[in-house]
Amino acid sequence: MKYDTASRRYWAINAGLFGLVVLLFAGSVLIGRGFELLPAKFAEIAKIDRALAWLVLEQVRLPRAALGVLVGATLGLTGAVLQGLLRNPLAEPGIIGASSGAALGAVLVFYFGLAAGGAMAVQLGGVAGALLALVTLYLLVGRHAAIVTLILGGVAITAFSGALTSLALNLSPSPYAAMEIVFWMLGSLSDRSMTQVWFVLPFMIVGWALVASTARALDALTLGEDTAATLGFNQTSVKARAIIGTGLAVGAAVSVTGVIGFVGLVVPHLLRPLVGYRPGGLLLPSALGGAALVLAADIIVRLPVGGPEPKLGVVTSLLGAPFFLFLIMRMRRDTA
Amino acid sequence: MTELVLRHLHASLGGARIIHDVSLDIPGPGFIGLVGPNGAGKTTLIRAIASLIPFEGDILLDGIPLSHSISPNHVRNLARRLAYLAQNAESHWPIEVSRLVALGRLPHLEPFRKMREADEKAVERAMELADVARYRGRDVMSLSGGERARVLLARALAVEAPLLLVDEPVASLDPYHQLRIMEVLENYAKNAGRIVVAVLHDLSLAARFCDRLVLLHEGKIRAAGPPDTVLTDENLEDVYRVKVFSGREGETRYIVPLSRTE
Repeated sequence: MKYDTASRRYWAINAGLFGLVVLLFAGSVLIGRGFELLPAKFAEIAKIDRALAWLVLEQVRLPRAALGVLVGATLGLTGAVLQGLLRNPLAEPGIIGASSGAALGAVLVFYFGLAAGGAMAVQLGGVAGALLALVTLYLLVGRHAAIVTLILGGVAITAFSGALTSLALNLSPSPYAAMEIVFWMLGSLSDRSMTQVWFVLPFMIVGWALVASTARALDALTLGEDTAATLGFNQTSVKARAIIGTGLAVGAAVSVTGVIGFVGLVVPHLLRPLVGYRPGGLLLPSALGGAALVLAADIIVRLPVGGPEPKLGVVTSLLGAPFFLFLIMRMRRDTA
Repeated sequence: MTELVLRHLHASLGGARIIHDVSLDIPGPGFIGLVGPNGAGKTTLIRAIASLIPFEGDILLDGIPLSHSISPNHVRNLARRLAYLAQNAESHWPIEVSRLVALGRLPHLEPFRKMREADEKAVERAMELADVARYRGRDVMSLSGGERARVLLARALAVEAPLLLVDEPVASLDPYHQLRIMEVLENYAKNAGRIVVAVLHDLSLAARFCDRLVLLHEGKIRAAGPPDTVLTDENLEDVYRVKVFSGREGETRYIVPLSRTE
């Protein structure tokens, strides 16, 4: 009936976004530095060594595109979840402190020169940092925390991890280590391997499942916490799933790519009107939209021919911030 | 047949005891008005019944005890049998009216399943009852205060729970919309055989629409029963600290405050 037409529209939006992700994934695999297309590159390398050409595809292009999907989906999904949970369109995945915790963990690995100690040292440090941030948040705010307490706790953790990260830079043993830290923090998908994809995947899947399980509760939260509670959603459990899930998935994402800004903020914001502002209905489109945006931005960073490649996190913020301003201006015009 | 029983209920807020030893028996369907001055504990009492705050004593809904710390299954089961409309309820997102009303069906949905036809019918019934069906496609934030109040009420009606708790449903509405909302609540209680408990400040409306009133004063029940036995001049003067003019127009009683007694 009436709800079916709305639901057809909903699946059409998801199908469209999914198509876009597939297209951009293919683009990410196909397009190289300076817009050099894969077949050309492949032929060139294959002249020397055919196995090497396959290796480029498997170990360079595929993990990069796969990480683009995973990280983008994580940022879009958790951004939508936190905006729904906090009933605030300005919330973003970093707000609970897990991403700055992950950044700090990874930076400490660089600082102590452990990055060369193993392929996964940085990632392990990042995930450990995210988990530590979550535990700290729990110890700070307790089990039945109010939303405001949660936000303040997250802000405190973010500020403290940020300060420690700066301290690590400040006291950095060598300019080279400092450089490494700074570049890593700018956020990038280049030079990643399949090992890293397999490493972050379990954390992300668990995180996604936890946050996705809150979809209906987020719909109920449209009417406030009391009403959501009387609609049968245990608020303590809903908050715990949303926060732990976000911490796990975003912590894993940050540990492998560094900080990629604005995706988790802008994507849910942009897609919300398309799903009729339903917080629960926003989750899937937002995950797909996040994946599409990160893949697209990661293609853009490859376009300059000479010089160093612009970092992904820089590009998403460069594109995201003006776009966000545009949204605010439009909102202001609508309410005026 | 729905039955609500409160036995020796105590509830505190921020360390201060708000509800003292309240016992109440609502043996069957009806529209119950909860009246009393500001700070008497009306909202605390209704929130305790909704299991939103911890309490001591017993609350029995159809013989089943409620408690603040309950298992997820119990929460779900309770959510089907008890609907609550908060004071100053509002929607945080500009969602479509029919979608908002449909949120009332969440307790009835199986995990991962969509709304069934029975749920859609319940949403339609609730929208008809609250007379908001014609706004179904509108964004709830574009409606006027009176329209929005009816939409939010329709959301609570859509649960089709045997017990409906509403906290000041007619505050900040004009006289026309006050009557509309009171009629909706009266019909919900009468036609469907359910219990409606409403916190009310307008004593004339309470006297006119409610089957029974409970007058709360300093966290205790001062009087309970049919409106005429509760809203006596003596009770009103004592509890509200005002002298009132009380008159009748046919069946309808009206109560007008004249002066403060202190």
